[in-house]
Amino acid sequence: MLDIIGPVMVGPSSSHTAGAAKLGRLARRAWNGEVNKVDIFLRGSFASTYWGHGTDKALIGGLLGFMPDDERIRDALEIARQRGLEYRFFGESIDGAHPNSVRFVIYEEDRTMELVGASLGGGVIELKEIDGFSISLSGDLAAIITFHRDQPGVVAAVAGVMAEKGLNIATMRLHRQGRGGRAAMVIEIDGELKESTKDEILNSHSALMRVIFIPSPESDVR
Amino acid sequence: MRSFEEILKLCEVDLEFHEAVVELESRESGKSEDLIYANMSYMFDAMEQSVNSAINAEFKGRMMEDEARRFERYIAQRDIPLSGKFITRASRIALSVSQYNASMGRIVAAPTAGSCGILPGLLFAYRDLYGPSRDMLVKALIVAGGVGEVIQKRATLAGAEGGCQAECGAAAAMGSAALVYLEGGSPEASAHAAVLTIKSLMGLVCDPVAGLVEVPCIKRNGTLVSLASLCADMALAGIRSVIPPDEVIDAMRRVGRALPESLRETSKGGLAATPKGRELEKKIFSEVPPMAEI
Repeated sequence: MLDIIGPVMVGPSSSHTAGAAKLGRLARRAWNGEVNKVDIFLRGSFASTYWGHGTDKALIGGLLGFMPDDERIRDALEIARQRGLEYRFFGESIDGAHPNSVRFVIYEEDRTMELVGASLGGGVIELKEIDGFSISLSGDLAAIITFHRDQPGVVAAVAGVMAEKGLNIATMRLHRQGRGGRAAMVIEIDGELKESTKDEILNSHSALMRVIFIPSPESDVR
Repeated sequence: MRSFEEILKLCEVDLEFHEAVVELESRESGKSEDLIYANMSYMFDAMEQSVNSAINAEFKGRMMEDEARRFERYIAQRDIPLSGKFITRASRIALSVSQYNASMGRIVAAPTAGSCGILPGLLFAYRDLYGPSRDMLVKALIVAGGVGEVIQKRATLAGAEGGCQAECGAAAAMGSAALVYLEGGSPEASAHAAVLTIKSLMGLVCDPVAGLVEVPCIKRNGTLVSLASLCADMALAGIRSVIPPDEVIDAMRRVGRALPESLRETSKGGLAATPKGRELEKKIFSEVPPMAEI
């Protein structure tokens, strides 16, 4: 019943505006810092009706750190220019892509990140890809994403660090590209994450290659 | 909660509709009743804020004019408008909030953004004319939420799945049940008000011109408050739906599924496919700034 009245949001569309703002914010949270340069590739109905629904403003608003109910979303494109956020929009058609989806390529001098997300309706979103790796993440909670080689003991090692830090696992999902190949683990947690925990997780097993922290949606509100 | 039956059964043991809804929600979500009430109280405040902002906002639509303001001027000139003071006031608020949504204002989806004018229209017109306590209005909002939950569980609240009956139709049904509560009607009367409303707009199609939440969405918000109000009066008078409430919602689900895709938010049929609808669509798409294609 609690999701029937609400969310409080900037109109006009929960999937094309509120969902888009959440996707922008999720990309910002994954990037973990101020976004200064981004290319945004709109797919499906995002590409065809983005303008009428303010999808572009909502995506940029989210990247600036605005919540979906922040009325500054209306002026997000101007605010982005004032804050020095450089953005470009493209349309792309990808076979089998979700009808309301978007690909972000965020970059600065020495680092880039590519994210694909979809707006599932009613403001519910899903992060579907990070740097070419298929995952599934709702973005409702803080999350840890590990990239590693598929080897025994990785899950236990990561879970061990979390137990030591008193971090409670809410959900956990493993994704791999074949046995012994590249793998990713997506762990949603209750509460917030400390940056120092990231290195401890990375060093907990030799098969771990990279760890991404996504702070909770309540954090980093601008 | 999956059914009106479930809610009404709890009400038999001396609970009001909103109390039964909160108890069921608490059982299912594990959240405390206080937290559920606090959340609705927050939504009520946000809704009130949206009404206040919307009433004062200028509207510049892509396809339609500021009809809320036009209606307000008309109401001010009439002693008692043909549809009465309550309905015209509710309609004026519903038009405003819906216009505000279309211009990227901050609203409360109730149950969706496209139908966000109807509930505030009914609740705040009632407040303005009859002066209930804030607490009563929050409880009325919970009644509305319970009705919406049953519709979501048994049918759908998405226009793309079930047509406009699932969005503006659901909002009107929710509002009708809320009005019955505010007027002191029984829980059973609330349930019947909701489905009397649904029965009168079953099969309503979702056909937005150019895919935007403007034509016909805004005016549908403005007109459906009248049906909600009348069905509340009928239910208060003791009129009952012959088809049991849950069966009406089940029929609504099947009707929604039977609607052709062209009439489910695809802008391929209905008003969107009229010559004028197509002309507006063409004009709007010609204004879209060019985007690189790769």
